Amino acid sequence: MRIAPTSQRERVLGGLFRAALFVSLAVGILTLIWLIFSVVKEGWPRLNLDVLFHFPSSNPELAGAQSAIMGTIWVVGMTAVITIPIGVGAAIYLEEYADRDRWWNRLIELNIQNLAAVPSIVYGILGLAFFVRGFLGLGQTVLAAALTLSLLVLPIVIISSREAIRAVPDSIRQGALALGATQWQTIWRQVLPASIPGMATGSILALSRAIGEAAPLVLLGGLTFITFNPEGLDSAFTVLPIQIFNWISRPQQEFHVLAAAAIVVLLVLLVAMNGIAIFLRNKYQRKW
Amino acid sequence: MTDPVAQRPVVAPNTPPESADAPACAEPVFRLRDVVVSYADVPAVKDIDLDVQANHITALIGPSGCGKSTVLRCLNRMNDLVLDASVRGQVLYHGQDIYASHVDPVEVRKLVGMVFQKPNPFPKSIYDNIAFGPRVLGMKGNMDEIVERALRRAALWDEVKDRLKQSAYGMSGGQQQRLCIARALATDPDVILMDEPCSALDPISTARIEDLLLELRRSYAIVIVTHNMQQAARVSDRTAFFTVDLDEGERHRTGRIVEFDSTERIFQNPADPRTEAYVTGKVG
Repeated sequence: MRIAPTSQRERVLGGLFRAALFVSLAVGILTLIWLIFSVVKEGWPRLNLDVLFHFPSSNPELAGAQSAIMGTIWVVGMTAVITIPIGVGAAIYLEEYADRDRWWNRLIELNIQNLAAVPSIVYGILGLAFFVRGFLGLGQTVLAAALTLSLLVLPIVIISSREAIRAVPDSIRQGALALGATQWQTIWRQVLPASIPGMATGSILALSRAIGEAAPLVLLGGLTFITFNPEGLDSAFTVLPIQIFNWISRPQQEFHVLAAAAIVVLLVLLVAMNGIAIFLRNKYQRKW
Repeated sequence: MTDPVAQRPVVAPNTPPESADAPACAEPVFRLRDVVVSYADVPAVKDIDLDVQANHITALIGPSGCGKSTVLRCLNRMNDLVLDASVRGQVLYHGQDIYASHVDPVEVRKLVGMVFQKPNPFPKSIYDNIAFGPRVLGMKGNMDEIVERALRRAALWDEVKDRLKQSAYGMSGGQQQRLCIARALATDPDVILMDEPCSALDPISTARIEDLLLELRRSYAIVIVTHNMQQAARVSDRTAFFTVDLDEGERHRTGRIVEFDSTERIFQNPADPRTEAYVTGKVG
């Protein structure tokens, strides 16, 4: 038997397929690079420490994003404090305790999937009606904003935490139970530690979404001209996306430059958070 | 019940240690009477009568689907984890009904160790794998000593003493399975249940586990499910042969014990022709 050479047609098709895949990758990466490049180029004249340390001002030469940066850190930090325990708890219940044969558990599951797809502006309306004015009456504060963003990202945290829990093999649970561990001990000492990398990654990616959200907070009335840092949960606040939105909507060109610089700051913050996610994941994996 | 002393295999290598010469009336570790295990009201095994003696290795053999593992998992209430599973009849552990309504399955599992088919070490260090059981049970004493004692009993200490803090996932399959045995021993049970513990291992690792079983027999009652008849013949003192019947117009397959006797009799002079056909390799 002779080994036949690969036909010309197959070789061309294979090459084309490979090229098409590479182009798909290149389109994504190049668009991103172009975006970053144009933002950095536009914001370059104002990319200095003034952006970080000056407060907003009607004079573009003096204005900075200090209060927006601190507002973002406050709001997103508080969102994490609210979302992660609730999201992980809900995920544990659904994966480890809930009886799938019960209709209410299936209904909860279905609704969590749906909630993840609800537009963020809807959460803004809910937050305005429920947290800012009505039931809780918190006013336009850090806490009201954090609660609203928590609702927004909670479904994402629950879904990613459930996936992390489901990835822990059942043999681990059986091994722990067979040693006389209670269900709670099995979850707390085996299932949760084994799923922390997945949960941390999912939670930080969810918070990365919260950090870029402007729409629900605009609706809440996240004021756009705040010349002081938040001092507590009941402080008025602004966040980076709102500050950027505000500057871009001004007629003066100088504010547009400032907005570009603030976008770079926001991007750096996002990259840093993703870096932490990767660091956490690797750290816990190395322990095994 | 036949007299375990009279029925003891006479040939090497199966001579039980001296402690096995307990009087015939000694309370067995487990006594099963008329046990039926059902999944969603369909019986999976029926009419199970089985006695597990201290310092004996009891083997459960039979074709696939005959319910050997189901019976094994009755003994530490692992069947409770399966939805719709129910157990009827009596499962007595030192005379106490482990399915009595006031018995918490967690308390049963503290006393009855189990080793699974596939090695399932926890994603932690070797040390933490062993220490997990004693920790959740709140055992008193020096943890380093508890860990060392368990690893020594499982004949693993010399291989791992210099890397206790390393991940258990870095061990070979055979070492992982001995780690799982050590993990079960660390909580001081008096019975070890083993569900085909060597089916995922190579012959050399299997031989080491079998040596270990014969060693552990001095201190524990062992119940082992195995597909490997030679293994049952090599290590066990008593053997229960299971078969599977079609019940109720072939709608359900139900496992039963055909014969439970000394391993020697089961393999050399079985009472039931089905046992003979199976152990001589004519069927199965």
